[in-house]
Amino acid sequence: MDTEIKMSAQDLDFYYGEFKALHSINMNFSPCQVTALIGPSGCGKSTFLRCLNRMNDLIPISRVEGRITLDGENIYASDVDVVMLRRKVGMVFQKPNPFPKSIFDNVAYGLWVNGIKDKVFVQERVEESLKQAAIWDEVKDRLQASALGLSGGQQQRLCIARALAVKPEVVLMDEPASALDPIATQKIEELIHQLKETYTIIIVTHNMQQAARVSDVTAFFYMGKLIEAGETDLIFTRPKKKQTEDYITGRFG
Amino acid sequence: MMKSLPVSDMTEKNTVGETIAAPKVQAVSMPTAHDRFPGVSPAYDRRRRLVQNIFFGLFRGAAAINGIALLVIIYFMVANGWRAISWDFLTQPPMDSMTKGGILPCIVGTLCLSIGAIVVALPIGIASAIYLKEYARPGKVVRLIRLGINNLAGVPSVVFGLFGLAFFVVILKMGVSIAAGALTLGAMSLPVIIGSTEEALKSVPDTYREASLGLGATKWQTIWRVVLPSAMPGILTGAILGISRAAGETAPIMFTGAVFFTPKLPTSIFNEVMALPYHIYVLATAGTAIEKTRHLQYGTAIVLIVLVLGMNLLAIIWRARLRKKLQ
Repeated sequence: MDTEIKMSAQDLDFYYGEFKALHSINMNFSPCQVTALIGPSGCGKSTFLRCLNRMNDLIPISRVEGRITLDGENIYASDVDVVMLRRKVGMVFQKPNPFPKSIFDNVAYGLWVNGIKDKVFVQERVEESLKQAAIWDEVKDRLQASALGLSGGQQQRLCIARALAVKPEVVLMDEPASALDPIATQKIEELIHQLKETYTIIIVTHNMQQAARVSDVTAFFYMGKLIEAGETDLIFTRPKKKQTEDYITGRFG
Repeated sequence: MMKSLPVSDMTEKNTVGETIAAPKVQAVSMPTAHDRFPGVSPAYDRRRRLVQNIFFGLFRGAAAINGIALLVIIYFMVANGWRAISWDFLTQPPMDSMTKGGILPCIVGTLCLSIGAIVVALPIGIASAIYLKEYARPGKVVRLIRLGINNLAGVPSVVFGLFGLAFFVVILKMGVSIAAGALTLGAMSLPVIIGSTEEALKSVPDTYREASLGLGATKWQTIWRVVLPSAMPGILTGAILGISRAAGETAPIMFTGAVFFTPKLPTSIFNEVMALPYHIYVLATAGTAIEKTRHLQYGTAIVLIVLVLGMNLLAIIWRARLRKKLQ
């Protein structure tokens, strides 16, 4: 499992203005695995996730030092096209955020902006993506209806379908189930299980049971530092660091 | 009949079967602050309700004054001007030194000037707002531009008129024309349109932008396909405000686009026109028979208001349809 590396962070520091939010993070992500990032609020796990597709570029006062590589290439190199990077490293956000457009248009959007005009292909890809996101049966009769009419859980699966439509290689998920009820959460978790056959998935979660259920590897962040990372079973049964143990046993957080 | 609920016997069995005593409630000794809390006295309760009613009454009154003011204005105009309104009034040019006849050239002129102003100001205003909100990095340049826009908003309309005269009419050699008038009115409505467009862009959630960028869309694709459609209802509101103000203005057009009298309808944007607000001003202050044409003045004012309301209504209907599409 250690031989193949899809993404990797090397000595990554991140600053919001003067505030150092990440301290020299070193971590590797293997292909076709689910990695969970856990830790208390404000520990930097979401910031780290958003470094992986350079979403933090949108914050004017932020600054990155160190390297993040995708297939060995530094994504912060000056010649990297951020637009192409984000197509390869897709993202699902904390709150379901479908566009105020039809269900079909939401999923087709990523194809259209990437220059795909072939209508038949777009239709097929939309259907495939909706099936992959396990929402096809619920929406196939109302593809032209507004996405805002769906329930929260359906919206989130639609957002996952939308992210999958452009065939990313890595899917980042920022607490994708935290705004959902337990049944919708369960569906999302089942979905993650299926998706890892094809995609490299990195998920931020507050919910430790969820991390334990869905992930192969778990990384524990605290105060902007990566405290410990390893196979999920080991992290949850035999953590090496005291802080990790305290957190997963609920002694602080 | 209601059954009484079974009262818990205050004990429970653990897994081994031993009975665990529930913790006994401590016998009360010292009265705490909680026990001494007296509740709300009826007199105090009456007083606070009275205060609330007084304030709500004041607010209601303030809102009512707005409505009443509008009604009084409309009543005043209709009472004085309804006799002037007729089919001929709307379809004929003024006659007999503007003491008879209609106001068709003024209606057409005002429509041309307002639509021209919107055509000029809307694209420039939206583009400026997009630059300020979506592209420009906050800093000195942006602050300077904002300062400029805010000052532009505070410039009196007659100064815009003089600027239009000097720049569009004289320097750019447009003459007194629809083009010069529309450009002047457009310049005057820019701050309103920029301000409201910026507000509309701010109200588009960042999560839309992030979702779009996250799918490999460029910044411009994101703005064009996601941000602008969502902001459009708000932008239209700004356009409505801008055009309403422009249509009713006299000072900016009296040197640049509108003339005292011309019976001809415009055939090109370089024609001069009559305009409703200027016509009212002329009849009321410089006409040949000021007293005799009072009803014409009020009639013209009614037409102006209906015209502005009509344009607003169109924009409001359009906005409502856009909003519905976004739902």
